Amino acid sequence: MSTATAPAPEAAAAAPGSPQRREGLFRAAWRHGRTKVGVTLVGVIVLIAVIGPFVSPYSPTELVGIPNRASVDGTVFGTDGIGRDVLSRFLHGGYTLISIAVSAALGGVLLGTVLGVIAGYQRGWLDEAIMRVNDMALAFPQLVLALLVMSIIGPQVWLIVALIGVSHACRVARVAREATLKVVEQDFVKSAEAIGLPRWRIMTAEILPNITSPLLVELGLRITYSVGLIATLSFLGMGLQPPTADWGLMINENRIAVTVQPWSVVLPVAAVALLTIGANLITDGLSRASIGIDRGVEKQ
Amino acid sequence: MSRLILYRLGYGLLTLFVVSLVVFLATQALPGDAARAILGRDATAERVAVLRDQLNLNDPLALQYGKWVAGVFTLDLGDSFANARPVAEYLGPRVAGSLTLLGLSALLATPIALLLGALSAIRRDRAADHATSMVSLVLASLPEFAVGILLILALSTGWLHLLPPVFAGTASAVLADPVQLILPVLTLAIAVSPPIVRMMRASMIEVLESEYVQQARLKGLSERVVIWRHAAPNAIGPVAQVIAVQLGWLAGGVVAVEFLFAFPGIGLALMDAISTRDIPVIQAITLLIAAVYIVVNLLADVVGLAANPKVRVSAR
Repeated sequence: MSTATAPAPEAAAAAPGSPQRREGLFRAAWRHGRTKVGVTLVGVIVLIAVIGPFVSPYSPTELVGIPNRASVDGTVFGTDGIGRDVLSRFLHGGYTLISIAVSAALGGVLLGTVLGVIAGYQRGWLDEAIMRVNDMALAFPQLVLALLVMSIIGPQVWLIVALIGVSHACRVARVAREATLKVVEQDFVKSAEAIGLPRWRIMTAEILPNITSPLLVELGLRITYSVGLIATLSFLGMGLQPPTADWGLMINENRIAVTVQPWSVVLPVAAVALLTIGANLITDGLSRASIGIDRGVEKQ
Repeated sequence: MSRLILYRLGYGLLTLFVVSLVVFLATQALPGDAARAILGRDATAERVAVLRDQLNLNDPLALQYGKWVAGVFTLDLGDSFANARPVAEYLGPRVAGSLTLLGLSALLATPIALLLGALSAIRRDRAADHATSMVSLVLASLPEFAVGILLILALSTGWLHLLPPVFAGTASAVLADPVQLILPVLTLAIAVSPPIVRMMRASMIEVLESEYVQQARLKGLSERVVIWRHAAPNAIGPVAQVIAVQLGWLAGGVVAVEFLFAFPGIGLALMDAISTRDIPVIQAITLLIAAVYIVVNLLADVVGLAANPKVRVSAR
């Protein structure tokens, strides 16, 4: 959004490539109220997901009462479709979702960065090859690609991480390449080339430190989408499989009974919603701090 | 300009070809025996043989692909495994159902999003602008199925039983009971709007600061005329591309929404086909969605080129 405040002085003043720059980005992002709200939301949900399994009153697969009752003795939020404790399943259901989503996003950003920097710095046929293959992979909506591949092999956790990670990587590679192209033209890269630094050294020591801001924004965005995509896959029954406790799966299993026992749907939906909103607020704060233009909206 | 467009078209065709290869390889040419993977370990040798024959699995890979693509062009996509009807006949009404859903969502979302974006730009940095920006940021974060469930929770449960949470009807008559369409259309419209709002706001701000708008104001035209006759029409150009991209995204986003509301379209058909491993239907739907996505993105590119005077002039 163009009204975003100008990049904070720290971020602008710090010499490119110095470690202060990144610290400056986080501090500049923190100035925006939305970043604080985002960090709080994400913090609360992650805390629930991490501590939840240790404090849950029952096991997530234990039958504790009559199915689909909102008030059952000894439970806070009643029972789900086959009589398990809703609160216990909720407390157990976030950990896998978050860890799968974050690994897919991290893997995707890592792979995308490597591809994008190589394409942007080496140029020539390698650039063409990487970016053209990329375009082909971008022709599938992320969800449809994941569904297509899993339709025959079946839902597997490693496959979900790989598919979502790779489809992120294609999108990250574009951003990393654009950022690299801007850096490559600058004098310090030219001088590093002149003194004969090996090309891989230039890529890791000269270019990479100077494109961390857009990459961090991209990471935030990818985590937001990962959570949404993986929750959607579980909701469609193509993610984690029963009897695992998982927020997306809980919604899928209990949505038919939502009128008689809303809690088993309300809790996981609220958690997924707050988590993605929080992650996107942080991303928006980061991107306002880094370039003044926010990318936190486009669905790609 | 026209050369650039031709280039994009050729590139789009190439992409379509590669996409068809991916769809084919992912479903039919997996390492191991696809027929056995579909039928499971307990299947009799006889059934596996029948299925292998149906999928042309005994032919060499290139010939299998050729036969399948030829089928795509003649709309002879084979018979569905699950209901034994020809795939084209089975999917026809569902495609129409999904198109109705998408069309209504686009018709609802686009004007409202454009208006909100323009109003935000006019009331820049005031409360209404901040509120719109915050709401669109929040809505943009939510996965579309979550939007749908929140709407169901708000409008179909508890005290309010305003709208039916599940679609009850057949694919051939989705418009028979329009009330049932409200929730799915609303969900998709909400999911698709935020980027349009943002882009319209940014574009409108740029136009409002331009010299010809200043000129119009100096001429003494009323602010209403300046905004709605001079500024808004010029601001829409750059937004057209974002709108097109969002509509392409709808083609994929429709899967989760149709599944949630049990709406009889291609998204629900895809999930049904996956649960029964109905390969011909899976192939047809994923190829269709990817094709729509490619074509719409291509249109977005062309619109983007046409809206950019620099390209229009220099690349003639």
